[in-house]
Amino acid sequence: MAEAPLLELKGITKRFPGVVANDGVDFDLRKGEVHALLGENGAGKSTLMNILYGLYHPDEGEFRLNGKPLRINSPREAIDAGIGMVHQHFMLIPVMTVAENIVLAAEPTKGPFLDEGEAEERVRELSERFGLAVRPEARVESISVGMQQRVEILKALYRGAEILILDEPTAVLTPQESSELFEIIESLEAEGKSIIFITHKLNEVLEIAERITVLRRGKTIDTVPREGATEEGLARLMVGREVILRVDKGKAEPGEPLLTVEDLYVDDERGLEAVRGISFEVKAGEIVGIAGVDGNGQSELIDAITGLHRAKAGRISVGHRDLTHDSPRECLDAGVGHIPEDRQLRGLVLDFSLAENIALHDYREEPDSKYGWLFPGRLIARARTLLKEFDVRGGGPETRAAALSGGNQQKVIVAREVSRDPSVLVAAQPTRGLDVGAIEFVHRRLVEERDEGRAILLVSFELDEVLSLSDRILVIYEGNLVAEYSPDVSEEEIGLAMVGGTRKATAA
Amino acid sequence: MSEGAGAGSGYEIVSRWYSGLGGFFTALAAAVLAFFVGGLVVVATGHDPFAAYKAIFSGTGLSWFFPWVQGDERFSAALDLQQTLIITAPLILTALAVAFAFRCGMFNIGGQGQYFVGLLTALYLGHVFVGMPRSLHVLICCVGAILGGAVWAGIAGFLKAAVGAHEVISTIMLNWIALWVGKYLVELGGWMQGNEPDVPRSYDVADSAKIWPIWGALQPLHAGIFIALFALVVYHFLLNRTTLGYEVRAVGFNPEAARYGGINVSKNYILAMGIAGAFAGLAGAVDILGWKFHQAINDYDVSAVGFIGIAVALLGRNKAVGILFAAVLFGALQVGTSPRQLSGTDFPPELATNLSTMIQALIILFVGAELLIIYAWNARKKVGIGRGAPPRVKVQEL
Repeated sequence: MAEAPLLELKGITKRFPGVVANDGVDFDLRKGEVHALLGENGAGKSTLMNILYGLYHPDEGEFRLNGKPLRINSPREAIDAGIGMVHQHFMLIPVMTVAENIVLAAEPTKGPFLDEGEAEERVRELSERFGLAVRPEARVESISVGMQQRVEILKALYRGAEILILDEPTAVLTPQESSELFEIIESLEAEGKSIIFITHKLNEVLEIAERITVLRRGKTIDTVPREGATEEGLARLMVGREVILRVDKGKAEPGEPLLTVEDLYVDDERGLEAVRGISFEVKAGEIVGIAGVDGNGQSELIDAITGLHRAKAGRISVGHRDLTHDSPRECLDAGVGHIPEDRQLRGLVLDFSLAENIALHDYREEPDSKYGWLFPGRLIARARTLLKEFDVRGGGPETRAAALSGGNQQKVIVAREVSRDPSVLVAAQPTRGLDVGAIEFVHRRLVEERDEGRAILLVSFELDEVLSLSDRILVIYEGNLVAEYSPDVSEEEIGLAMVGGTRKATAA
Repeated sequence: MSEGAGAGSGYEIVSRWYSGLGGFFTALAAAVLAFFVGGLVVVATGHDPFAAYKAIFSGTGLSWFFPWVQGDERFSAALDLQQTLIITAPLILTALAVAFAFRCGMFNIGGQGQYFVGLLTALYLGHVFVGMPRSLHVLICCVGAILGGAVWAGIAGFLKAAVGAHEVISTIMLNWIALWVGKYLVELGGWMQGNEPDVPRSYDVADSAKIWPIWGALQPLHAGIFIALFALVVYHFLLNRTTLGYEVRAVGFNPEAARYGGINVSKNYILAMGIAGAFAGLAGAVDILGWKFHQAINDYDVSAVGFIGIAVALLGRNKAVGILFAAVLFGALQVGTSPRQLSGTDFPPELATNLSTMIQALIILFVGAELLIIYAWNARKKVGIGRGAPPRVKVQEL
C-alpha cells in the first residue's frame, strides 16, 4: 500500500443558502484501501461526495489525483478521471437488461447497432473477475435490490473506475446481502481498487474500513485507523458527546393483552392479498417487534390496525373493543397511537405549524377548541410545553413543520402520539433516516412508554433496532408470521427467517 | 442536509415567499408588469400609454379618495366610484368561492354556474313573496341564494368524494347546465319569464327584496359591498379559527396526513365545495337584489364574474386582505376601461374593454409565472442589477 495518497481533497467548502454543508473538509484516499466516511445525517458526507463526483461545485478547496491538481465539473469528467459512484437510489433503467444498463453511454457497437453479444461477454468477464455473479441477460426489474446494487458497481467498473464511492450501500440490503457486499468490497480491494464507503452505521465501519474519517456539521473531526477504534469512540466523534448505543432497558413485565389480532387478512392497494392470516397479541408493558424485509405486508398490517385500511377478514381488538371495521378517528379514540412509516407523507402536514401538527388528532376536543371554535393560542401553549419536553430544536410552535430536520420532525410526531396517552402504540420505522442522537432519543422514549404500561408494536426493517428494542420478535414473510424469537436470537438465524428460510420455527 | 440541501432550501425560499411579504411583492410585480405590457399595446396602437392609463384611472372613481379632488370632478368621481364598488362586491364573493375550495386542495372553476344558481334563486324568492318587511325579504333571498350555490357546488364535491370525478371537469359541466337552464327559464315561456311573451327577460324582484341603496342616485351603490366585506371576515375566521377550517386546510395541504389524523377527507371535499358555492351564490343574490333586479337573456352571455373571480383569488393569494385589494383592482379596471369612460383620443374605445381583459389575463399569467419572477429576483444579484450595481457606471455617464 503506497503511502502517498491516490486522491486528496483539501479545504473543501460548500455553502447552500442558510447552511454551510462542507466547511474546509480535508480527506484523502490511498490506493487499494477502504476508507469510510462516517457522520450523522446532515453532516455533509453526501455533499462532499457529490462534489467529488462533479454534481456540485465547491465554493473553495482543491482536488489532487496522484499529486496532480484536478478539476471536476461534471460526472462525465469524474468518470474520465476514474471515479465511479454508486448512489443510494439506483440509477438503472428497469426494462433494460443488466448488460444494456452497464454499457449504456459506452456501448460496444456493430455498425449502428448495439452488439448485444459483445456487451454481455464484457459484463460477464468483469462480473467473474470481481466475484459478482450477475447474469448479464437478466432484466433489471426482475432482479433483487442486492443484485441491482451489483449492477451499479459493475457499471462503474465498466467505465474504468479506480476509485469507487458507495453512498450508504447497506441501507437497502438484508443482512445476508450486506455480508455478500462486504465480500465483494474485499475482492475489489484485492484487485487494487480504492473505495470510499459512506455510512452512519458504526458496526459496518469497523468491519470493512481501514481508515475512518468522521464528519460532523460539515467539518472533518478526525481520521482514525480501524485498529483501536471502538463503536463508542466513533459515536462520540460523530455526535460530539457520549452516546448510549445499547438500549438500556430492564426486563419487561407484560400485563394483560391490549392489542389482539386474530386471523387477519388484508388486501393491498391493488387488491392483492398482502396479509394472509396473521394472529398475535401485544401485552401491556411489552415491545413486540416485527422483523421483515420491506414489502412483506408490514404496511398493510399497520394500516389495518390503525383503521387507515379496511381488513378483509379477521379481527382486531384493543382492550376488549373490536376495531376491525372502525375509522381512523375511532381507532384514535380507542387509544391507538401511531408513529407512521413516512413522516412527511403521512405523519405531518408540512405546511402546518408545529402547533397545528401537534393538534392533528385533538383539535376537535377541549381545550384546543370548543363548539367548533379553535383557540390557536392554546394550541401554541400546549405545543411549547411539548416541544420543550421532547427537546425539539430548530423551531418554535409557530414554525412550519417543513423547516425542521428529519430528526426533529420525528420528535414532534413522537411527542404528539405519546402525549395522547395511548394504550397501544404502533411505531413504524420510528428511526428511519435519523442520526445517532435522535435514534437514541426515540429508542429511550419507546422503552419508557413500555414501562408506563403501554403495548408497543414496533415494525422496522432495521434488524438491529428490532433486536435491541423488542421483548419478543415476530418475523413476517409474504404476509405470514413465520417465526417468533426472543431478543437473544442471532442475526443470521433471524435473517434467514426474513427471506423465508424457516417456515415455522416457533420457539422461545 | 447533505442529501437535500439544494432542494430543501429552494422549497423553503419559495414557501417563505408565498406566506410572507414576498407573496405581496410578487403579486404586485405581476400587476405592475401586466400594466407595463398593456402600456406597450397602447403604444402599438399609436396612443400615449400614460394618457390612456390616466384616463382609465379617472374613470375608476378612485380619485374620490384624494381629498384635493373637489367640485365637479369630485361629483363625477363619486359616480364612477359607485360603479366600481358595485362591480367589486360580487367579485369579492366569487373570488372567495375559488379561494375556499383551493384551500381544501380543489380548483373550483364553477363560480360562474354557482353565481347563476344563486342569482336565479334570489330572483325567484324576491319575486314570489310580497308585502314582507325588507330586511326579512332580503335575508330570505340571500339565504336561498347561499343554499342554491352551495348545493350546486356540492354536487361537484360529492362527485369527487364518491367516485373521484375531478372537480375541474364537473364544475365546468355544471356551469353549462346552469347557463342553459338559466337561459331557458327567462325565455320561450320559461317559468321565470316576465309578462311580455316576446321579451326574453325575467320578471322583476319585488321592491321589498331590493338591497338598500346607500350612496348615489341614478344607479346607486347598494349595501351589497358590506355583505361582501362581511363575507371576507367570515372567510378569514372560518378558515383560521374553526375546527372546520382546520380540517379544510389539513386536507388541502396533505389529504393523506389529514386522513391519518382522523379527518374525514370525503366529507371535507363536499363541505368545502358547498361553502365555496355558498359564496358564489351570494354573489348572485347581491347582483340581482342590488342593481340588476331582473335577468335578461343576454345578461348570461355578458357575465364573467365567476371567471374573473378566479383571477382575483389568484392575485389575492387566497387571503382575505389580498382578495379585497385584488377585487377592487379588477372592479376598477372593468369600470375604468368601459367605453363610456374613455374618449377616442386616449385610446380607441373599441379596444378599451379588450385592454381590461388583456391586463386581467396578463396578471394571471404573471402570477402563474411566480416561480420565474422569484428566479429572476435571485438571478438579479448574480448579474449585479439592483442593490449590488456599482454606482460607477452612472458617474461615467454623467
